[in-house]
Amino acid sequence: MTTWWEIVRDVLKRNEVKLVTYVPDNVLNPLIKAIHADSYFNAFVTAREEEALGIVAGAWMGGMRGIVLMQTSGFATLPNAIASLALPYQIPVLMMVSERGTLGEFNVGQATVARTMRPVLDAMGMEHHTMTRLDEADFILDRTIRQAVTTQQPACLILSPLLTGGKAP
Amino acid sequence: MINAATTRDQAKVMGRFDITKRLVAKLQHDEAVIGGIGHTNWDLWASGRRPQNFYMLGSMGLAVPIAMGVALAQPDRKVFALEGDGSILMQLGSLATVAHQKVRNLAIVIMDNGIYQITGGQPTATGLGTDVVAIARGAGLAQAAWATDEAHFEALMDQALAEPGPFLVGVRTDEQKPFGQTERDPPQLRDRFMRGLGVKT
Repeated sequence: MTTWWEIVRDVLKRNEVKLVTYVPDNVLNPLIKAIHADSYFNAFVTAREEEALGIVAGAWMGGMRGIVLMQTSGFATLPNAIASLALPYQIPVLMMVSERGTLGEFNVGQATVARTMRPVLDAMGMEHHTMTRLDEADFILDRTIRQAVTTQQPACLILSPLLTGGKAP
Repeated sequence: MINAATTRDQAKVMGRFDITKRLVAKLQHDEAVIGGIGHTNWDLWASGRRPQNFYMLGSMGLAVPIAMGVALAQPDRKVFALEGDGSILMQLGSLATVAHQKVRNLAIVIMDNGIYQITGGQPTATGLGTDVVAIARGAGLAQAAWATDEAHFEALMDQALAEPGPFLVGVRTDEQKPFGQTERDPPQLRDRFMRGLGVKT
């Protein structure tokens, strides 16, 4: 059976998303490994999520598509960069967030910050989708990337523990 | 030359607009320039509009990451990040990323006046003793130096244009007011830049 991370890797390739910047996360680890194992991608770690977003924004303007991988708490550091770079300049920065803070969270800080994520995305008027099922993963990711690129708007994919298994005690 | 062991204290305080014009005058091959927010950016604007210049209007601290992204997407083009001291202090980690990715076509110029000039002149950490060039070296950017005077700045820029980077050059600048203000039309700024880079025609 194909795994969620193989689907994500293949859809990114199909849509020519070559640059992958990330701040690592346990749940994202198999995806990060799969991307590093594939020479199609230019993937590397950054010190901070904002920085990862800036790199992907610059690469888009230079003609290369990219995506930022992070966990929920990392997303909470991004609203200023999204509001003052990606949105006003109409740069389709793609983001993929592994969802912590729900369905078995053991760290109360993660649970609280996670509740800010969707309201923040909604307040900024950003397209976002939560991926929960293997059979929908390809469609949701593929269509979200295409919409982001054609409408020149950033978009966020949230990887639910329902899809990934999450991180539980 | 690039590794001259000059400290911040030994570098001459120079005119930011003059330094910006000296850099722009050297750009003969459609090199890209990313202007970080604040007076650094406004002086870049005032030094003459180029379609290969990108002018930020927020996202303080992201000039280096944006420039790095452009450099990765277009490895045959030299890319400059012009950033202020207050801004780079927000994203010191980005220097480590540039270093470990060995971005050969990237040069970073830090305009360091030691203050948050645009918000009323409060001191930054560099004004209180932090040496950004020393931080850059510690982050793994071996080719990092203070420009000791205008002639040395020009020599460093010639080197950055001719040789593989990444480079970081610190410039101590004065508190002169900027010589213009950027347009505030982000989609147009971005569109012009993408056309200047040949991404859109």
